[in-house]
Parts: sequence; C-alpha cells; structure tokens
Amino acid sequence: MDKKRREFLKVAGISTVAGLGAPAVVNHLVSGGSPLDAMAARKIDPDAHGAVNEHKVANDEHGSGHEEVKTGKRFGMVIDLPKFQKNPGLGEKCVKACHTVHNVPSFPDKKDEIKWIWLTEYENGFTEHSQLYRNDSLKNNQVLVLCNHCDNPPCVRACPTKATYKSKDGGIIMMDFHRCIGCRFCMAACPYGSRSFNWRDPRPFIDEKTMNREYPTRMRGVVEKCNFCAKRIADGKQPACVEAAGSTNAIIFGDLNDPDSAIRKVLKENYTIQRKPSLGTHPSVFYIV
Amino acid sequence: MYDSGKIIPGLIIFVLFITFPIWYNQFDAGAAPKLEMPTEAKQCVLPAAEMRANHMKLLNQWRDEVLRDGDRKFFEIEGKRYQKSLQNACMKCHTSKKKFCDSCHTYASVSPYCWDCHLAPVE
Repeated sequence: MDKKRREFLKVAGISTVAGLGAPAVVNHLVSGGSPLDAMAARKIDPDAHGAVNEHKVANDEHGSGHEEVKTGKRFGMVIDLPKFQKNPGLGEKCVKACHTVHNVPSFPDKKDEIKWIWLTEYENGFTEHSQLYRNDSLKNNQVLVLCNHCDNPPCVRACPTKATYKSKDGGIIMMDFHRCIGCRFCMAACPYGSRSFNWRDPRPFIDEKTMNREYPTRMRGVVEKCNFCAKRIADGKQPACVEAAGSTNAIIFGDLNDPDSAIRKVLKENYTIQRKPSLGTHPSVFYIV
Repeated sequence: MYDSGKIIPGLIIFVLFITFPIWYNQFDAGAAPKLEMPTEAKQCVLPAAEMRANHMKLLNQWRDEVLRDGDRKFFEIEGKRYQKSLQNACMKCHTSKKKFCDSCHTYASVSPYCWDCHLAPVE
C-alpha cells in the first residue's frame, strides 16, 4: 500500500480534533442544559438557597476569631502552663492517666511511639511564636500538647474514608477505627503531629495489669489520637487528663460556645495563645503561658 | 465430539474432585454447634432468631449510631440498663467468647475482626 504523507497528515489531524472534541461534547450532553440555563435560574431568585448558604458557610469557616453566636457545643480546653510549672510531675501524671484509660501502648522503640497527649519543648509546640529571649520557665519546662480538635480540621478533609470526622455533638475530631485504612493522609495533614500510626500490633505492649477492659485497643495499621474522652464526656465525666490535673485546675475543659461556661470565664480573664494560629485550623486548645 | 474419551472422564474426575468435601463427609454437615447460653439473663436485645441472623448488622448499626450520631442511648432489658456496646453490653451476659462467639464462627468458617481491637472477657 502506498500512503502519501499528505493523506496521512490529513487523517491524523482529523482524528486529533475528533478525539479532543468528543469528550467535551459528551460531557455537555450528559450534564444537560447549557451554563446559560443555570445562570438564568440564579437570576430569577438571586438570594435564595445558593447565596444564603454560601454566606452561612463562609461564616462557619471562620472560627474562634469571630464573635458571632454559635449553636451547638464546641468542646475546648485551656492548659494553664504556670500551674504545671508549679506542680512538677503533673504533666506526666496527666499523660499516664490518659494513656491508661485508653489502652495506649508503650513501645520500647521511639519510632513506634503512640501518643495521645504528651510533653514537648515550648519551641517545638509553638513554632510560630517568637523564641528570642524566652523566659526561664518556658525554657526549663515542657508543654503539654494534644490533638487541638480544630474547628477547621485539615485531617478530616484529608481522610479518604471519613474514618476521621467532626462529631455532631461537641465538634470533637473523632476516629472510627473500623473505617481507617491506614493511608496516613491525616498524619500528613495534621500540622500538630497529633496522630500516631500503629506500625506494630499494639496489644502485646499494653500493660495487662493496668489495662482498661471497658475500652478497646487498636490494631496494627490504623492511626489513632486523642478523642477528648468522647465516651467519658457522654457519661458525664471530665476527660481523663482534666481529672488527673484535678484540684490544681491546670486544665480547664468545657463548652466554648457557651458564654457562661467556666472555660469561657477563664478565657475572658487570661491572655491565651493557640498553636500555629496562622494556619487557620482554629484549634480548640488554648494555652496560658 | 472429538476426544470424548478423554473429555468425559476428565469432567467426571473434576466434578468428583471439587465435591470432595461433600461426599467425603457423606452428605452430612456435622452437628450444629451448641452455644453456651448466659445463666443469669434470659432475654436478649432482640429475639434469638433475629439475633442469630442479624447480630452483625445490629453491631454495625450501634457503632454508627454511637460514633456518627453521638446517640449513646441506653436500653433496658429486665430492669437492667445496657450500653450500645459489644464489649460492654453483649459480653457482660455472654461472658465466654470461646463458648459463644467462636463456636459458631469457627463452624461457619468466618473470622470477624471484632477482637483485633475489642477486648474479650478474661476466661
């Protein structure tokens, strides 16, 4: 067969145009109606649904910074660092209380570490804040950190299976381990390092004697983190760390949306900071430094 | 048919081979497992037949209600309050995983992942 270059180029050109154009035409037919129709529909009822909803969503996305009245609960926490500095060992006590209640394993290898609440240096926790000429108490003491239960949680957006989600009652960022596929997108998304991955089966590394038999463990291949003691709150108790801090009042827990709550009173009376506020995650954990 | 002398005996051997478990056990599925019932409580959340057929769906439903909707309502049976929980409700009456859960699951050759995380009662 004798094929002319001219002929070949013609066929190739037509095929390319058809190949590029066909999907566009198909998409247009499938979606039905032209964009003009959609615009017309908006014009008829300009501030119905769409506009109102958009406005509402915009409002919802702003969190702590705004003063608008919020409905529903949003649990939050104030951690009073001077009180921790006055009570040496209190931080460790809180960590231990939490990790015992939730059957958090303790691995000998630091690489496998699982942590729900832990102590870290101020400069690691508050990277956005100035570290220049830091005072001695912040230099010499560690800071208690945990999941911030953000109002705008990046981990929830990253989760492909909705295994992590924001609870309806209280805005707690929770995990459903049945759904977790262990992709660790949430760990990459969390700017606070609040999530830990079970590289190994955690069961053998939980102390049998102190184990809480009312609470499950986790399995290999799931991500876990603090859940603000959702179950304890439902039972009318305080979170385990708050209970461990006890009468020192070093941790105050409560509903941020209730203007008369104890936590709001503390927030009103004290200057507080949040971790990495510029990221716009709107943490629910505040610190008195 | 070509090669029927090879194909037909071949088919017969194949059928006999894949039905091996059936004829080897003489068409008998074996005795159904006997479950050890709780001695104290007499009534379960649902009638026994429904529990037998749908307990896994009920557990999933409880999980979704508790986790997703925050609906942790208690339910009451014979004057006792129970949570929607495998570990803290079911296993309070059915105190032996080995004699209750496992006997059927082993018989039916299913291995649910419940116990990867949830703690079975100490036996």
